[in-house]
Amino acid sequence: MATSALPKSESLKPQPVKASSKADWTQPRAMAIPKEGYFQLENGRYGALYPRTPACHGFTIIAKIKPGREDAIRAYGKTIEKAIEDTPDALETLKLHYLRWVLFDIGKDTYFMYQGIFDTDFDKYTEDAVALFKKVGVNTVFENLEGFPEDWKTNVPAFVKFVREHQCPSFLEYGEYPYATADEIKKALKLKAAFGEMLDLMQ
Amino acid sequence: MGILEQSQGIPGVLIEPTREPASLDFGDIQHFLMSRPPARAARYEFLAFSSETGGRAWLTGLVDKVGTAKAVGSNVADARWVTVGFTWNGLQALGLSEASLATFPEEFRQGMAARAGILGLTGTNHPKHWVGGLANPNVHAIVILFARDVSERERCRQEHEKYLKQCEGVELLSTLDLEAIPPFDYAHEHFGYRDRLSQPVIEGSGEEPTPGSGPPIKAGEFFLGYRDEEGSAAGMPQPETLSKNGSYVAYLRMEEHVGAFRDFLRQNGETPEQQEWVAAKLMGRWRSGAPLVLAPDKDDPSLGADSSRNNDFNYRTMDPHGYGCPLGAHIRRMNPRDTAANMNRRKMIRRGGTYGPPLPEGAPDDGIERGIAAFVGCASLVRQFEFAMNVWANDPSFHELGNEHDPIFGTQDGTFDMTIPKRPIRKKIKGLPAFTTIRGGAYFFLPGIKALRYLATRTNGG
Repeated sequence: MATSALPKSESLKPQPVKASSKADWTQPRAMAIPKEGYFQLENGRYGALYPRTPACHGFTIIAKIKPGREDAIRAYGKTIEKAIEDTPDALETLKLHYLRWVLFDIGKDTYFMYQGIFDTDFDKYTEDAVALFKKVGVNTVFENLEGFPEDWKTNVPAFVKFVREHQCPSFLEYGEYPYATADEIKKALKLKAAFGEMLDLMQ
Repeated sequence: MGILEQSQGIPGVLIEPTREPASLDFGDIQHFLMSRPPARAARYEFLAFSSETGGRAWLTGLVDKVGTAKAVGSNVADARWVTVGFTWNGLQALGLSEASLATFPEEFRQGMAARAGILGLTGTNHPKHWVGGLANPNVHAIVILFARDVSERERCRQEHEKYLKQCEGVELLSTLDLEAIPPFDYAHEHFGYRDRLSQPVIEGSGEEPTPGSGPPIKAGEFFLGYRDEEGSAAGMPQPETLSKNGSYVAYLRMEEHVGAFRDFLRQNGETPEQQEWVAAKLMGRWRSGAPLVLAPDKDDPSLGADSSRNNDFNYRTMDPHGYGCPLGAHIRRMNPRDTAANMNRRKMIRRGGTYGPPLPEGAPDDGIERGIAAFVGCASLVRQFEFAMNVWANDPSFHELGNEHDPIFGTQDGTFDMTIPKRPIRKKIKGLPAFTTIRGGAYFFLPGIKALRYLATRTNGG
């Protein structure tokens, strides 16, 4: 019984928690989400805020690409790979866990899916994200999408409108270690490494 | 750059725009965000227009009294400085065309009261509790009067009162009188914190940034029609005559609960030294102004008063864990310096001052409202002011803190904490009380002088 040695207050036994409160990572959780993508309308600066779920914040943007642009979009996979190799903290501002970029066909059309898992509501750092996209060169990926505003670099509201119009909110999200932030996970892994090293030194 | 830290309290120091690049039109820009006149008293008057022609006639008579950056910067003999601004409803009430009204940004059209939820103004800060009629849609205009002293303010008050009697369809909704609180040798607010320590410098204003304050910021971050930090901004209100040289300001009337603040310090510190330590941790600076990053253990009043040193620090390398300045302290939230991205796009200029009598040290709270009534000036309310309120002041997960708001300026209802990193174990203050309450606010557009004349003469559809 590894946990029996811990003081009572530090017990790892799962505790019931409210969705909004600091949640217990030991208890896997699933959350069913209404069609709108939120339980209660709460507005951020650019529109509705989406709830923090056991799988953190995030969005799934799905948009049709302009005909013949598939290869151009795929090429950006390499661009981003290189950008992160050169500057590992290039996307730090976004408070990301994961990004998934997918291209798929429906009939004769090709669609681009941009799924991101974040530790913050996208609304909060919208302008920072736009600035970052320009810097990293993600811009041209978006410019290959139908309906993307041409003046997006200087017109943040138009950019936000496009993103919101193409956002498909989840109706179910699951977390095996719910509500843990990327920073918390990195700290835990750092601690694990430090302890490992300490134990090695004590041999 | 915090609201408290940077609010341009009264009195002030005159800034002369000595180097005038051709690109900045000092003769057209209202002085308000550009220069800080040596005022020890102020008065804000909130007006409603019940008639388009009455409103325009009033403005026509007032426009010559409005101080420009050029005039205020060059005439030290002045004893009063006038600023005029309008809400979106006010521009409509003056008869601006629908086509033009539609070109103003969404957040300005809605107004601050409608955006209260986004700003975190809930509970006792909610517009339903606001005073001075500021939550009403008929707040159309503000006249901001800065005066050298109280007697000059009184003279101007009477003069404007007389003028208003001659103007039909212009009604005085409410007013607020402000006075600097003694001692007058340095700017400070009712809690006793030194004020005006960190502020952006506008490129082309002729002012030099103090060490640690970063390079001058492009004028387009504060005045419409100029290049900003990203280039040329899109979506300026039309026609250009109306928007050129204009700025948006967010007005906040923030009551300071001095009795509650002092009680809190006593409850959390047994000795006067410990109480000062708690006060410093909430702000991120000692009340003398000395920053905790540079003076973590003990106050250093000479450092606090020295503008060549009191802003010269960062967080990422000098205090990454917040052992000096806590991660959630007021100044670390309102100006995260090198620990946030695109800081040059979040800068704001603050003006304003203190109102209400100071509460003598040791006296119980007298129930009289006192606080700071300040303006936050910028080119984009949503990107600058609303971001600061929504993310920096009132986002509980700021810097991974989990359950905190800005301890001084954020919305507090007894459910949020304050973490003070400390070796070996951090100190956590649970259930922080509210030291401040927002008692009113509004979004105003401060047009340039040509734009004021345009508004005074154009009629609907014109």
